[in-house]
Amino acid sequence: MRKNRNNHALAASAFLAPSMVGFLLIAAIPFALSFAISFTSWSGIKGLELFSPSFWQSNFIGLENYSKILKSKEFWVSLLHVGQYMVLYIPLMLVSSLGIAMLLNKPRKGTAFFRLLFYIPVLTSWVAGAIIWKWVLDPQYGILNDILARIGISGPAWLQDAKWAMFGIVLASVWKDMGFYGLIFLGGLKNINPIYYEAAHLDGAGRFQSFLKITLPMLTPMVFFVLIISLINSFMLFPQVMIMTNAGPAGATQVIVERIYKYGFSYYKMGYASALSWLLFLIVFLFTYLQQKLQKKWVNYDA
Amino acid sequence: MLKKSTVILMVILMVLGLFAGCQAPAATETTEPVATDEAVAAQPAAPEAEEPITIDFMNFSANEGGLLTLGLMKDLFEKDNPNIKINIETFGYDTYATQLQTRVGGGDAPDCFELGLDAFPSYVDQSAVLSLDDLTAASTTDLSVLTEKSVQAFSLDGVKYGMPYSYSTVVLIYNKDLFDQAGVSYPTADWTWADADAAALKIKALGDDYYGLIQPISTYEFFKVVKQYNGGLLNDDNTAFTVNRAENVQALQRLVDNVQVTNICPSTEQRGSLDEWGMFKLGKTGMIVTGIWAFPSFTTDCAFAWDIAVEPGAETKATHYFANGLAVSADSKNAEAAYKWIEFLATSEQVAQLRIQLGWELPCATYQTAMDQYAKLTPPANRQAVFDSLDYVVPVPQIAQFSQMADILGAELEAAANGSKTPQQALDDAQAALEAAITLG
Repeated sequence: MRKNRNNHALAASAFLAPSMVGFLLIAAIPFALSFAISFTSWSGIKGLELFSPSFWQSNFIGLENYSKILKSKEFWVSLLHVGQYMVLYIPLMLVSSLGIAMLLNKPRKGTAFFRLLFYIPVLTSWVAGAIIWKWVLDPQYGILNDILARIGISGPAWLQDAKWAMFGIVLASVWKDMGFYGLIFLGGLKNINPIYYEAAHLDGAGRFQSFLKITLPMLTPMVFFVLIISLINSFMLFPQVMIMTNAGPAGATQVIVERIYKYGFSYYKMGYASALSWLLFLIVFLFTYLQQKLQKKWVNYDA
Repeated sequence: MLKKSTVILMVILMVLGLFAGCQAPAATETTEPVATDEAVAAQPAAPEAEEPITIDFMNFSANEGGLLTLGLMKDLFEKDNPNIKINIETFGYDTYATQLQTRVGGGDAPDCFELGLDAFPSYVDQSAVLSLDDLTAASTTDLSVLTEKSVQAFSLDGVKYGMPYSYSTVVLIYNKDLFDQAGVSYPTADWTWADADAAALKIKALGDDYYGLIQPISTYEFFKVVKQYNGGLLNDDNTAFTVNRAENVQALQRLVDNVQVTNICPSTEQRGSLDEWGMFKLGKTGMIVTGIWAFPSFTTDCAFAWDIAVEPGAETKATHYFANGLAVSADSKNAEAAYKWIEFLATSEQVAQLRIQLGWELPCATYQTAMDQYAKLTPPANRQAVFDSLDYVVPVPQIAQFSQMADILGAELEAAANGSKTPQQALDDAQAALEAAITLG
């Protein structure tokens, strides 16, 4: 029996080995190294010699990077921008992806086609998606302002206007992600036993009541999952910002990961960038932990 | 149930397979087979023939239509130097800085590489590139063909760290058809901004969607414009920021007024997703201040007549000088051979002529025949203005943190341009932010 179990463990290791080696080489080891680098003034344009005492003599600066970051206005402003993004993005994404899931849940002609249609943005690369959205949001020639003009609204300059730029990025992000989250919600909807709805119908409940009392509570595990993933993704906001606004106009869309990239690869301050990454990790960890703790109060697993 | 030995074998095979997949790909952009270290070591030792050396050369400027030209230069060099093989690695400008930094930081620096003037001080500051003075002293090549300005651009504190490779300037490009329509005489080398702005107003009057001038409000433009007003972003020895001095505020005020008050320059909202070149190519903008690297694109895409003039000045004249240089890695094991290659690229007359014949950037080496060839190419008819601009050049500020400075100041300039801050406020805020973020000297 024990021998069998050992064999199972070995077999499992065999199948896990390729991905584990990859994980160690390109995730775990750099992860650990970045922690060490975060206590140095290493620029990134000189060889990294972490095991040489002379490297540490000339580069070790203790907690200076961390204290500089926490004292800098830029860090808090970038965090605030991420917060603005979350406040706009998460509710909009939840409503639109749940809406899509409910639309696609009903058996209708062409449902398969529409499922594919909504999923295409998920498969599109951010580079292509962001360029499309730069056109859509163009203040002069963009389709969005054209539609708004037809109903008598003069649209803003979106990405060129500091007040609207983040909202422009939110719109593009919702378009890109709603297919993915919609699919998760669709899976959840398919799992709800129709008997509940029949019973509610017999008791005289309307559609809205059924949605509120059956659909939403039964979907809470999916909502929880979507919230965690979208929260983490919000902290990781980067490609759309780099392509659509490059953190502008006037720094209005400056966010943490964009700062990490610029400090590491443009300002040649890899130590500072590593410290920023670790602070971001702590923040994401804290938020995820809090959500895990709070889920007991509202997530229902009694499907 | 799997046998233990089978399972162990599977683990080994999978891990080996993974490492096989992870092996670094061979350089794909070399036309010649690259001699690997093993191959070199395996060659029988012939006392009379030196072992061939392979030099890794990383660059970005060949990416924009220069691959063929660089390949021809390599062939010329290898013919004269049979013991040196060049392995060319070319990356797009957008990814080049990251690629180079990763290679250097990862301890796998190419023997020699191209650097722009903005990144150059950072690499010197970190001792990532070699001082070339000793190598130059040991060489018999005549370096006097290189302009003094270009050599100075790649020297810091009197030490030469880079060979000037190619350069470009910024000029005033104007739409001749619009000048004719508005009845304004063409710009000349002695124009000031007052003349240009007056002409721009008349062109703007041609119609609602017409503009007189495109002049970016960015750090790269601003460090030069302030010099035209006798201002400056840094003090003389680059030890303190002087961003909010009165001359700079005056310079920014004019740029902002051109957008906000007279609107002879389109705002970013008015331009939308069109870039500056795209806007000019539409044929409804009188003038644009931009680099000579726009010539090929404007020649192809502009459906109107255009020409160039030396950029107007204010209190004095000041023009841009952007250069790309070649440096030898401080970690190179073949520094002498690498130096030989970059010296050849910078000073060879054949290289200079190839560059101009095949329309690939201006060489820093001033061979008269090559320059004459360049001056004859049209459009623009007044190509001489490119060389005339060199009389007024101001260098990119030589500080290691230039990129960060450009971003911080750029955000404040944008705020002034869109009217959310006054020029004085924006420059005061920039001064404070720069002092907080960057330690100079």
